[in-house]
Amino acid sequence: MSKAANLLSWIDERIPLSNTWDKHVGKYYAPKNFNFWYYFGSLALLVLVLQIVTGIFLTMNYKADGELAFKSVEYIMRDVNWGWLIRYMHSTGASMFFVVVYLHMMRGIMYGSYKKPRELLWIFGMLIYLVLMAEAFMGYLLPWGQMSFWGAQVIISLFGAIPFVGDAITLWLRGDFVVADSTLNRFFALHVIAMPLVLIGLVFVHIVALHEVGSNNPDGIDIKKTKGADGIPLDGIPFHPYYTVKDLVGVVVFFIVFFAIVFFAPEMGGYFLEHANYIPADPLKTPEHIAPVWYFTPFYAILRAMPDKLMGVIAMFSAIAVLFFLPWIDRSPVRSIRYRSVAYKAILIAFVVSFIILGYYGMQPVTPAGTWISRLCSLIYFGFFVALWFISKDESTKPLPERVTY
Amino acid sequence: MKLFRKLLTSSVLVTSLVAATVVSINGAMAAGGGAELEHFTPVRTDKALQRGAKVFVNYCMGCHTADYHRYSHFARDAGLSDEAVVNNLIFTTDSEGETNKIGSLMASNMSKEYGKEAFGAVPPNLALTARSRGVDWLYTYMKSFYLDESRPLGANNVVYPNVGMPHVLADLQGWQQLEHKTDDEGHEINVLRPLTAGTLSPEEYDDTITDLVSFLDYLGDPNREARHSLGIKVMLFLFLFLIVAIMLKKEYWKDIPHNH
Repeated sequence: MSKAANLLSWIDERIPLSNTWDKHVGKYYAPKNFNFWYYFGSLALLVLVLQIVTGIFLTMNYKADGELAFKSVEYIMRDVNWGWLIRYMHSTGASMFFVVVYLHMMRGIMYGSYKKPRELLWIFGMLIYLVLMAEAFMGYLLPWGQMSFWGAQVIISLFGAIPFVGDAITLWLRGDFVVADSTLNRFFALHVIAMPLVLIGLVFVHIVALHEVGSNNPDGIDIKKTKGADGIPLDGIPFHPYYTVKDLVGVVVFFIVFFAIVFFAPEMGGYFLEHANYIPADPLKTPEHIAPVWYFTPFYAILRAMPDKLMGVIAMFSAIAVLFFLPWIDRSPVRSIRYRSVAYKAILIAFVVSFIILGYYGMQPVTPAGTWISRLCSLIYFGFFVALWFISKDESTKPLPERVTY
Repeated sequence: MKLFRKLLTSSVLVTSLVAATVVSINGAMAAGGGAELEHFTPVRTDKALQRGAKVFVNYCMGCHTADYHRYSHFARDAGLSDEAVVNNLIFTTDSEGETNKIGSLMASNMSKEYGKEAFGAVPPNLALTARSRGVDWLYTYMKSFYLDESRPLGANNVVYPNVGMPHVLADLQGWQQLEHKTDDEGHEINVLRPLTAGTLSPEEYDDTITDLVSFLDYLGDPNREARHSLGIKVMLFLFLFLIVAIMLKKEYWKDIPHNH
């Protein structure tokens, strides 16, 4: 035996290194028909790593202090070596995280990846999305600009709509009567320690759940049904090297988009970094127009569409909560959109379009027309789940193939 | 079926393309005060930055601070020696009354308390105004002061009505007068007419404001040039790497049999 093989067996006698590699990478058999939509899982993991690494370097120079925070960000942008690059990578990464996660979720919906036996996989994914929103919201406060401050002020005040205990809850969340230094400090702690820990834990169980049941695919059929003589699915290929090299292509394409933004348009016209956030937080001066960052705006539009604050808050949280129940709302035994009915495709398109329109109106100042369009789109958003429950009961689906389309 | 899949895929691609074109509207921003803004393209040359800095330290820094940026950083970016900046551009002093060193921040000597008392509001830090309001706003604002006896400091501004700031460059520009006119369609419009001549001609004044706003644009985003030049190299590398990655993928995947 060579020295390297000796070392490996020495390690394997102590921890299951080769076993783990084989189970999750070397001999993890993934369907061979993954398409474009299947890049976003590995990309989400990539962005998570980018955010953690750039975040560590930002933390080295950032000051979580109401008096110093804004200035320390400018210090990072101007005086810290490569500080501007690290900061723009982190701010672009935040938005791109949501781009990737939304596409990843869309993939899961289109190909029915939430269906039996992947219900827990979907729920862990939804929990990741929820924690990611909290993580992004808290991170956005840290630059301590006008939008950071007033965005947090508006969102935290939503909890005030809860009957009886609302005010006590907002006070408890902020640690002060308005968003203040104490809020900044606790958000910093939650953003850099608590949320990332939970996020990493959830990502771990998300992948454990995936590898336990195996990956779904664009045909939505079970590749384990057709196995070869060696017990390996005929349509399965080892994750490494096939999907490592394929995902590498995805990573490079993603980096082209990502770094084009970082180097040439880090503000993305005010969508990734809002113009008003270049003004330090001022509790005495409310900006003319307060809008959350783009990835929250569909839910913000649903909130504003409701005539009453409490109803709005309930509608907003329901819009996220309902997604958790998707595996049970969708009763069709067929997973993939490829073999589902025209009615299903129609409601899915309506759902996606309404979500995008809501996202647009969530960024705009309130207008009567905007409110009515938001109401209509909120109705379509929730209507999707109701329609899905009925349509999927006895849906006329197309026959499934024996083997995957490749 | 295939068509639908293609549609969904291509719609995603189109969305990303649309996102990429947002690049072109990067400079577009909402106007404040309701006035029509003139389009302004900043000049990023050493000479323009040097001239703009001269206007800034002479006319603006008496009241406005820019204390996120250092003189030394400016010296490096505008092709000036430390001595040239110390001798010509540093008029501010530290708490001991000593002239600021080259490594110090571009802080104004006016206290916040005094600023509030004199102008009703603390004159804002100008280091990031080009990013919060945009260069179009700054350029138009600096050309839109007019004589208004009803204001405490005798000046008003079309872009920022009832602003607390006096017309600091009145000596250079001369005074303008606001006239209300009615256009062909019967809408009332504001027109600024020259009232008195300044020491500069209108063209020279425009050039001065161009330099000043270019300098403010620099203050807001000092590393833009470095970012762009590094960005081009990174893009070139990534495109080359993409070719290698695609070839590698094809090489491995040719073993995978198709189902027919």
